Amino acid sequence: MLSIKNLKANIDGKEILNGIDLEIKTGEVHAIMGPNGSGKSTLANVLTGNKSYEVTEGEILFEGKNLLEMDPETRAREGMFLAFQYPIEIPGISNATFLKTALNEIRKYNNQPELTPKEFLERIKEKAKILGLDDTLISRAVNVGFSGGEKKRNEIFQMLMLEPKFVLLDETDSGLDIDALKIVSSGVNVYRKPTNAVLVITHYQRLLDYIVPDYVHVLSKGRIIKSGGKELALELEDKGYDWIKTEELEAENA
Amino acid sequence: MAKIEENVPSQVEETSDDMKMLDDLTNSEYKWGFITDIDSDTVAKGLNEKVVIFISQKKNEPEWMTEWRLKAFRYWQKMEEPKWANVKYPPIDFQNISYYSAPKQKPQLNSLEEVDPELLKTFEKLGIPLEEQKILSGVAVDAVFDSVSVATTFKEALKEKGIIFSSVSEAVKEHPDLVKKYLGSVVPYTDNYYAALNAAVFSDGSFVYIPKGVRCPMELSTYFRINSQETGQFERTLIIAEEGAYVSYLEGCTAPIRDNNQLHAAVVELVVLDNAQIKYSTVQNWYPGDKEGKGGIYNFVTKRGACRGKNSKISWTQVETGSSITWKYPGCILQGDNSVGEFYSVAVTNNYQQADTGTKMIHIGKNTRSTVVSKGISAGHGNNSYRGLIRVGKNAEGARNFTQCDSMLMGDKCGAHTFPYIEVENESAKVEHEATTSKIGEDQIFYLNQRGIATEDAVNMIVNGFCKEVFKELPMEFAVEAQKLLAISLEGSVG
Repeated sequence: MLSIKNLKANIDGKEILNGIDLEIKTGEVHAIMGPNGSGKSTLANVLTGNKSYEVTEGEILFEGKNLLEMDPETRAREGMFLAFQYPIEIPGISNATFLKTALNEIRKYNNQPELTPKEFLERIKEKAKILGLDDTLISRAVNVGFSGGEKKRNEIFQMLMLEPKFVLLDETDSGLDIDALKIVSSGVNVYRKPTNAVLVITHYQRLLDYIVPDYVHVLSKGRIIKSGGKELALELEDKGYDWIKTEELEAENA
Repeated sequence: MAKIEENVPSQVEETSDDMKMLDDLTNSEYKWGFITDIDSDTVAKGLNEKVVIFISQKKNEPEWMTEWRLKAFRYWQKMEEPKWANVKYPPIDFQNISYYSAPKQKPQLNSLEEVDPELLKTFEKLGIPLEEQKILSGVAVDAVFDSVSVATTFKEALKEKGIIFSSVSEAVKEHPDLVKKYLGSVVPYTDNYYAALNAAVFSDGSFVYIPKGVRCPMELSTYFRINSQETGQFERTLIIAEEGAYVSYLEGCTAPIRDNNQLHAAVVELVVLDNAQIKYSTVQNWYPGDKEGKGGIYNFVTKRGACRGKNSKISWTQVETGSSITWKYPGCILQGDNSVGEFYSVAVTNNYQQADTGTKMIHIGKNTRSTVVSKGISAGHGNNSYRGLIRVGKNAEGARNFTQCDSMLMGDKCGAHTFPYIEVENESAKVEHEATTSKIGEDQIFYLNQRGIATEDAVNMIVNGFCKEVFKELPMEFAVEAQKLLAISLEGSVG
């Protein structure tokens, strides 16, 4: 589904990604872990086309299509969804207006008919229930006056509403208490299907207890320095990031 | 329109509708830029007593009206053009303007069939087919084409309730007592330079009278249009709501493309007696000039309402997207105890547009309340100033005002300014002023992009959200119109 080759990117001339290689197949859940400043969020932004970041080298194929040639909205319409680390407030625009517009743009792009108001409302009710969200959320302005936890839940709610093919979760666990973490994770698990894929970006192993990955990658200084199965996350938790760094240093010196 | 009636949160349909309209409207230059080819009856350029008398005679006015105009003209001659507004423009040569233009037509019209077909075509282009509007929208239309009112509909239905909705010219003849009593009583010709000019040469406008206890059963609407080249347009509107009366009045404007700047100096007066209410909504879309700032309308307007009676209320709602220069401060004189004044405004300046706009709330009576919500949007080289006066007189026990004044900037070549004036002479008064300035956020646009919404639509969505508090005060069809205008006005200003 997603194929990243030798990806290099910078922001304001400062190199952040330093040659990323990553293959994600349909039905897989990957996790990227790494210390602060390792380039985790940059990867999410580059994948979704944030123009503040400049790609200097490499290639990204999404379902065989050259992602780097697409503007951010086209990537979204192709089925890529980012659950933001810091969801943005849009005053005066209700969640309903926002979601209906987004959904119809995506459906139009994929030659699907618009949802009828009835279908739209039914979908809202169904998805809100999964996340234990109040129906009134839909008439509130996008993220305005939302608590940190509500914002994160709203991201997952949007994901369920828009039904993307590929989901990036950027530190979705940050600022969540354990109950909220469970709800958010259950939303992601409802979404998991053999036809789509997830990339979880996180600093902590905790989230991976609930969203169990097939593969774990460790990012350091803009490169993936170690990959493994879900047990790698536990090992990291146990030994800390220094363990990997030391191991890598030793490998370099050898 | 019909779609909105479906049982969903109404915003949803409006916005997706809006998005569709956007497709049609992108890349269009000023859409209403055409000149109707009909004979106009235009007076030679220049202004003197003869011209004032000519206008008055042309309109078959009684002598008292001619006298009033002449007094105003003489007063105007002694006045100086005001320079305090935060706008820049070359000096206006008032002798190089023609002060009267009327489409030639049969003198008395009994039905639409008698209206010049060219005129009717113009209205169609503007999207107001009168016949259809009669049936569909329930809006009575008093259409002003250049200076003369050419068609009035729904008159009979209104007449039954004793409501008068006519041109001012007609009212001068048919209801001289009312006109004498109220004309100039809220905005006297001595008020300011442009009000004096208007009083001397005003061409036409609307007159509305709602009798005691009557709630006007429909929204009254006037479409203004400036057609003849270099013809100043001087509208004069007078609305009176007697005790316990209610009326909602809509004013919408479009004008064709011009190379030379055109002066427009209108006066609107509202009078509200005990327990009565007037809601006055404006969508202004006059030609703003081209992308280099050439051409465009000078819109120097005096609008004021007097809440004379207790518990009376006046609401001004305006969406100003047009004109190269706007100079406008719809105000309320809150004379009656417990009277309420409201001002909701969206002003957009793009390219080289300049706006100096705001309101005046004059608290005189006890427990008078006023609310001011102003949203200024600046893009391109646009310059947007909010200028507002809140005055609480010494007898205005318990007066309250809340002012919220928000500015949004798009790009780094535009400007936003706020000039609040607060004068309080009563200790029990509470006056609040809140102001914010924000830049349209790259992060907001990216967030919407990431959900599949293109940048142009994202900007419209953010701007519409910013203006929502004002739009929700507009009647539904006007709110949709306002969103469309905003989209057109801000086309290509980000990205």
